[in-house]
Amino acid sequence: MRIDEYRCVGCGNCIPVCPMGAIAIDPHTGRARVNRDECVECHTCYRGMSKEHLFPPAVRAVRRLARAFRFRFDPEPDICPTDALTPEELTWPRTVRRAFSDPLVPHESTGIHGRGTAEVKTNDVTGRVKEGEAGFVIEFGRPGIGVRFREIQEMTRALAALGVEFEQQNPVTSLMTDPRAGTLREEILDEKILSAIVEVKTGLEQVPAILRHVREVSRRLDTVVVVGVSTRCAPDGSERLGSILKGEGYATYRGKTNLGLGRVTRQEVAR
Amino acid sequence: MTNTLHRYSEHYAIHPRPEPPPVDDDFIVFAMATRGVNDDDLVEKYRTFARLALAHDPVNLGNASKGGLYRPEPALTPLAHWRREARPNPDRLLTEIDGPTTMAAVFRRRQDMDGFVRDLAAADLGVSINVSAPVDAAAACCAAAGLARHSVEYSVGFEGRLERLPERTVLEISTMCGHGMIAHTLVRKLLDWVKEARRTPADAARYLCRFCTCGVFNPARAEALFARARADRPERGSSAGDGSASRAS
Repeated sequence: MRIDEYRCVGCGNCIPVCPMGAIAIDPHTGRARVNRDECVECHTCYRGMSKEHLFPPAVRAVRRLARAFRFRFDPEPDICPTDALTPEELTWPRTVRRAFSDPLVPHESTGIHGRGTAEVKTNDVTGRVKEGEAGFVIEFGRPGIGVRFREIQEMTRALAALGVEFEQQNPVTSLMTDPRAGTLREEILDEKILSAIVEVKTGLEQVPAILRHVREVSRRLDTVVVVGVSTRCAPDGSERLGSILKGEGYATYRGKTNLGLGRVTRQEVAR
Repeated sequence: MTNTLHRYSEHYAIHPRPEPPPVDDDFIVFAMATRGVNDDDLVEKYRTFARLALAHDPVNLGNASKGGLYRPEPALTPLAHWRREARPNPDRLLTEIDGPTTMAAVFRRRQDMDGFVRDLAAADLGVSINVSAPVDAAAACCAAAGLARHSVEYSVGFEGRLERLPERTVLEISTMCGHGMIAHTLVRKLLDWVKEARRTPADAARYLCRFCTCGVFNPARAEALFARARADRPERGSSAGDGSASRAS
């Protein structure tokens, strides 16, 4: 993302809107500028702000006048008055920033929007996580901190050393050059993104050990990690995972529950 | 949608009170199809999902590839600074459904979610339906609809550099957009504006709602949190930034 110097009037509305804090007013020009190294190309500023398309010189004149009289103008906080935010044409490897940060861009590897994973949302038709198994959804950079792939690789390598299996239908797995070692493509390691999810699957009995390992590695990272653990319920809706997590002292208050209403409806598949 | 899984509440504090207050105003139901399995006639399935949801007074409704009920406006006039229409447009949301996406409906009352899930079970759309809410509430909702849970995914909390996280109220509001489109800094700015009486809690909630691209932000809960902050009730527990944003350990 960049900000058009002619169009920007230095109102500063876009500064708090940026989830990464990558926008600031340049004291020399009085215009907003994007720190390209910190920008994750999420398009929040461009897409989320409403626009007025005003004539920039006229807006500058009004703002100068208001400032001279110390008037406090109380504008709407989510408007770019002159449509100054301008998306850039991205090239590899910077394209991964947008792929992992803009939820409206579906991931090429899975065709899914957002973070590109189905997890247990569709487990009732995919059977991805079975009874007695645990699916881990380990997310980096969220909420509102961001992460570079180099730090994600530290976790994927540590998990690979435990012999876990990375989910194939996952955007981070698709960027691995060696899934057995958890190694990611070298050229993306310094790219910063809003967040990404690593998915692995184990048996239920391994849940405490994996969570302990994730916690230890997380302490070495310069970001925040949030973890979800899933399982398939028995036919009566019961499951053992909740009590395992409670026994280890983990919060189990909130969760996502698949109601089992999905089924094959495509005739050619049903046949 | 992992974007709904990790909504922050006091239950995720390092030292939560023995019985943290329940989150009783935030219930999400979403629908997702699987390519080649149940994605036939998808537009009609998703429109049915949205129509059924609208009958149960949702506070937000979303199409992950198009947006929620509240959207940014691409061409405002300067008059917007004095008078701005903020009415949601469910008809637009219905007509925009054009193919693969994830649909979501957000409710502020348990009974609304329960009624919606009952209707969904009766409609038998064939797509996967999930509830993102306190696990016990979801289990009770299933039982009331005569369903057995198929799978469950627990949010087990926050790890790593927790000191980089903001204070609790900011987290409670910003994590309602799990894709991270709602910046901590914008929430903090609006909290200040609400305390300065420059904006109402409802205004502040609406501003934020426009940044959530998939429509899972709960403006009713956000309004209540802004109002709580304005009333200057002391934060229960310490700030999340000093480490309260993780599980008890």
